[in-house]
Amino acid sequence: MSAGPLDPKTAPAFPMAAKAAMGDSQLRSNVRHATDVIQAKRARVVDEMPDWQALREAGKQIREHTMRHLDFYLEQFEANCTRAGGVVHWARDAAEARRIVVSLVKASGSDEVIKIKSMTTEEIQLNAALEAAGIQPYETDLAELIIQLGQDQPSHIVVPALHKNRQQIREIFQRTMHLPNLGDQPQDLADAARLFLREKFLRVKTGVSGANFLIAETGGVCVVESEGNGRMCLTLPETLITIAGIDKVLPRYQDLEVTLQLLPRSATGERMNPYNSIWTGVDPADGPRVFHIVLMDNARTEILADEEARQTLNCIRCGACQNACPVYRQTGGHAYGSVYAGPIGAILTPQLQEMHHAQSLPYASSLCGACYEVCPVKINIPEVLIHLRNKVVLQNTSGIAGLFDVEAAAMKAMAAIFRSERRFRAAQRLGRIAETPLVRKDEHGLGWISWLPGMLGGWSQTRDLREMPKETFRDWWEKRSGHDN
Amino acid sequence: MRVSLFITCYNDTLFPSTGKSVVRVLERLGHTVDFPRGQTCCGQMHWNTGYQAEALPLLQRFVDQFRAAEVVVIPSSSCVAMMRDHYPKMAAEIDDVRLTADVAALLPKVFEFSEFLTKRLGLEDVGAYYPHRVTYHASCHGLRSLSLGDGPLRLLKAVRGIDLVALDRVEQCCGFGGTFAVKNAAVSSAMLEEKISAVLDTGADACTACDNSCLMHIQGALHRQHTGVRTLHLADILAGEEEVQA
Repeated sequence: MSAGPLDPKTAPAFPMAAKAAMGDSQLRSNVRHATDVIQAKRARVVDEMPDWQALREAGKQIREHTMRHLDFYLEQFEANCTRAGGVVHWARDAAEARRIVVSLVKASGSDEVIKIKSMTTEEIQLNAALEAAGIQPYETDLAELIIQLGQDQPSHIVVPALHKNRQQIREIFQRTMHLPNLGDQPQDLADAARLFLREKFLRVKTGVSGANFLIAETGGVCVVESEGNGRMCLTLPETLITIAGIDKVLPRYQDLEVTLQLLPRSATGERMNPYNSIWTGVDPADGPRVFHIVLMDNARTEILADEEARQTLNCIRCGACQNACPVYRQTGGHAYGSVYAGPIGAILTPQLQEMHHAQSLPYASSLCGACYEVCPVKINIPEVLIHLRNKVVLQNTSGIAGLFDVEAAAMKAMAAIFRSERRFRAAQRLGRIAETPLVRKDEHGLGWISWLPGMLGGWSQTRDLREMPKETFRDWWEKRSGHDN
Repeated sequence: MRVSLFITCYNDTLFPSTGKSVVRVLERLGHTVDFPRGQTCCGQMHWNTGYQAEALPLLQRFVDQFRAAEVVVIPSSSCVAMMRDHYPKMAAEIDDVRLTADVAALLPKVFEFSEFLTKRLGLEDVGAYYPHRVTYHASCHGLRSLSLGDGPLRLLKAVRGIDLVALDRVEQCCGFGGTFAVKNAAVSSAMLEEKISAVLDTGADACTACDNSCLMHIQGALHRQHTGVRTLHLADILAGEEEVQA
């Protein structure tokens, strides 16, 4: 369990955090079980789509086009949303976004808000800011409620309480809702949450939401969800405040045809989300009377400016990459030290920090490509990871400190060896000599290395290494072809 | 056909027997093998770890060494993936028109070993004999970058005497990932542990793959845990012959 908010600025490096997380066998078993279940559901509803690959390509094209013309579509959204009665605010960064939301809630005359699950509000740690301003936020998404009541942190984009099992959830509800006799059946837990939340829905006058999509053509905002609690937050309050990253825009209403097929199948393995809410400004006859939307940059334009990494912004937050990732499977989400965990977090988080923090995250991947394979908008996550690794290397090897970087020195030496056949052969010979003191014979008389020095020690913690054969392939080849070196 | 072999740096150094097996299979099929002697490394380790400037000269070197080849065969899907996934972009990014054209001309002639047999030669039975219980691990690059699909399995199924058993979660990474195995040793080891239990569950004598890098990783834990299960490259199985083995 994570105590404080997940903040990349203060989080430990991934290898350390991962090691700690992997000590929790309950957590690992919960994560394995949950990701297996979601993956199997996803596979079923994706496999039944004959045009899935075409849909992915369409999704990618729509997102790429949007990012190329983001300035245009944002202004179009602003104009259309304003015309429909919405009030558009622009926030340069997290601090500005928090200030705007806090002041809007205060202006609404409420000291409580009901919230729809929103990763963007998690990104900017909005709840803490609201509480500091004397405003009580109530999370209404079941999983977010579990997180909030358990004073925990989300570990997954779509299923934030994925690391908790039913018994753990019952314990949290028993303790915080004062229900000592609560059962552990899904129905019992859902009933408890419903009773707890319904009273909030009816009382609280101000709602806060994120957004799945902003539609430039109409000025509409789209939120998809499974429970209907989001629909309550969008329709019952008098004031609705939505916060969205500027990357959430889609050009046309019709683009939802593609994204609303890709998103639910990838995210929860559903053919359609049970609740698809789209609202445009305000309507005097129904719903909130006041609608504000905060469009937040928070380093997104920096990402946009990086041609190679720009595709990161195409993400529609389905979480399929997290479910597919063999690294996330072992560690769960908290080890990533960010509300964006898993493969997408490994590329998004360091970039949201403008590469000043979370530098270990681009290395939190074996580059197996499972994330790219399932991504509904074909973000080539391994390619972006490699690009970000290069940025990290350039940062670490520039200036005086770079001269003392052991890894960089080794990599540069290796590169020099590979640039010459003569040097390569010499290194092969030298390697055989250098490893000799480390080699031990096993019961079959074969040489193995079970201890390696320095950085390489990570290998020998759990793995042996065969000693190098006496003859390289090229030595054999030359002997065979009858000309010696 | 005249086949130019790119053995790869780690096979050359650590797994020369795989290179010999590749030569044996190709020659048995009537092809001539050629080994451009200036070859070293494809640059994958540097590229994937973030040392892009260091990887570029190795791309240039590969192109120079294999420019004249009729076909290039490589017993490592991750090195082939390095070339297909990254070489074109690497060349284009430095605005080197000639290198870009050279890469574009060379890449269609580059094949991973099993892919050369199944896709280029259209073969499944290469006359191999290997009387052991074997399970096949689908390496990530072979599976996702090269789309090898069931090609390697079809080659294995045609091997006489083999008892081929399916590996559970065959598509899951073994946790190697090059420098990932040392930079994130704990996670890598946990991933490997799942792979090892899947291998042991098959009851196989040997685990095979198209990449000795994954196999070196899997073998490392199989040996540490005294399981008695071996690893060997697909080429080493396909090189097996009845008269030698019987």
